[in-house]
Amino acid sequence: MANTGAGAGIGEVLVRLEKKEQSTQRRALGWTIEKLLLAFRSSIVIIAFMVLWEVAPRLGWTNATFLPPLSEVLSTWWSLLLSGDLAEHMEVSLVRSIGGFALALVVSVPLGLAIGWWKSVAQYLNPLLELFRNTAVLALLPVFIMLLGLGETSKIAIIFYACVFPLLLNTISGVRNVDPLLIRSARSMGLSPVQLFRKVVLPASVPTIFVGIRQAGSASILVLVAAEMAGAKSGLGYFIQYTQFSFQITEMYAGIITISIFGVILNYALVTLEKKLTAWKQVSN
Amino acid sequence: MSIDSAKISIQQVNKSFRVRRRPGDLKGSSQSVKALDHINLDVKPGEFMVIVGPSGCGKSTLLDLLAGLTTPTSGQILLDGKPITGPNLDRGIVFQQYALFPWKTALANVEFGLETKGVPRKERRAIAQEYIELVGLAGFEHRYPHELSGGMKQRIAIARSLAYDPEVLLMDEPFAALDAQTRESLQSELLRIWEATKKTIIFITHGIEEAVYLGQRVAVMTSRPGRIKEVIEVPFEARTSEEDLRAHPDFVRLRHQIWDLLKDEVKLAQEQEKDRSLQSGTGKISGKGAATHG
Repeated sequence: MANTGAGAGIGEVLVRLEKKEQSTQRRALGWTIEKLLLAFRSSIVIIAFMVLWEVAPRLGWTNATFLPPLSEVLSTWWSLLLSGDLAEHMEVSLVRSIGGFALALVVSVPLGLAIGWWKSVAQYLNPLLELFRNTAVLALLPVFIMLLGLGETSKIAIIFYACVFPLLLNTISGVRNVDPLLIRSARSMGLSPVQLFRKVVLPASVPTIFVGIRQAGSASILVLVAAEMAGAKSGLGYFIQYTQFSFQITEMYAGIITISIFGVILNYALVTLEKKLTAWKQVSN
Repeated sequence: MSIDSAKISIQQVNKSFRVRRRPGDLKGSSQSVKALDHINLDVKPGEFMVIVGPSGCGKSTLLDLLAGLTTPTSGQILLDGKPITGPNLDRGIVFQQYALFPWKTALANVEFGLETKGVPRKERRAIAQEYIELVGLAGFEHRYPHELSGGMKQRIAIARSLAYDPEVLLMDEPFAALDAQTRESLQSELLRIWEATKKTIIFITHGIEEAVYLGQRVAVMTSRPGRIKEVIEVPFEARTSEEDLRAHPDFVRLRHQIWDLLKDEVKLAQEQEKDRSLQSGTGKISGKGAATHG
């Protein structure tokens, strides 16, 4: 009775799935229109913003000296890019932020894995970690400059410091929140602790570790700019600060745009990597 | 039945847990709670044994012991005459909540145990494919668990446990989380798989009808501390060919008989649960936590 009925039900589901695929092909034309609409929706506001930036100074809504039209800023940006002035500062900033970020990644992820795995270690370290995490990084900037000077070391060190905590804390929580049932299941299949860690704990904590990686990515840029503004002889933060002081306002905006492009690219790269590594996760549209 | 002909022999097994009277109370006022009390049970090779009992009676503790995830306080469990010392691929477990690895495809999940066993990649793939076909999910190999329905997930979990060819299949309320229709279809599917693979199966449930439908013998457990109250023979031959087993007069009679054995235990278990909730003040059953922990 019910058994055979449910058996047939599965077959029916299969057929229905096939039909669904066919009909999506037929609706290919509908999809392109849908895509255009989507592109329109996601770009209209940013285009409006750019138009406003262009028009406002030209119509005298704002002071054109302090907010030059976007086209002027972009042409200055382009000439700075071609002359290599900007490239020099970009390279310096890139080395600093990626250096600090990479260093933090190499240190915090293994450390976080270890702390998460050994519960007693976490108990000892947690209060100290909480204290450090809740101390605003930039408050420590003077300390870093005093101890490590104005050179590259202090810049990379403070970026490293800013990236360590999101990475460390997310890695720890990733390891500690692995579904205990998965561990039980793997243990029942006779996995050794090392295998259990490599084949279950590590992959299961990847999504949480990535939350930390993205937080660290944005922290690295924030702290980079601040550190370069506080005391540096090169870098995008320095460039923005310097151009402001010498009243090169279009150059200053060019520097700001470079920073935001840099941030967007970094975030996009990390999101793409995350999607690739956690493709198995349920996507919530 | 003599002991040495048994596939699994549970002998005089006791299991106690130490639990704190009040959660958060660090000063040693812990008490010992007996979960299992002198369990004796022999399971023949190729037998389908169902263990049924009220909730909280220690069924899952018994399964953990069989799996080797915990050790008995006293007594021993023999598999083919040798005591169980820890988890091993000679026993496969199917959990109620599937326990599939969400980052692996259906095929990779089924391959998991084989990987641990050290089967080479190509062979592994072929075996996994074969078991996916056995559970009727050919075509779904490359789906991730979140893309499968509950019933499909449980089929994959069964395929995973069968793929590494264990001596005994342990199933912990595997169909309890499924809807009634999927459950019935998976029950008959399981009987078909059992007949095809001739595995020894120990199946834990709190469903009486499920117990009578699946089991060649049904062991009825008491409320905590869990003891085996009675073992009932279910004398149906070739269940799968039977038109409608559930309407058979013998089926109805056996179901009633088991219900008679269970109903006082269920009442008792409910009382116990209430008492525990009142005592701890949190409503949590600490024994369950202790059983799954570690």
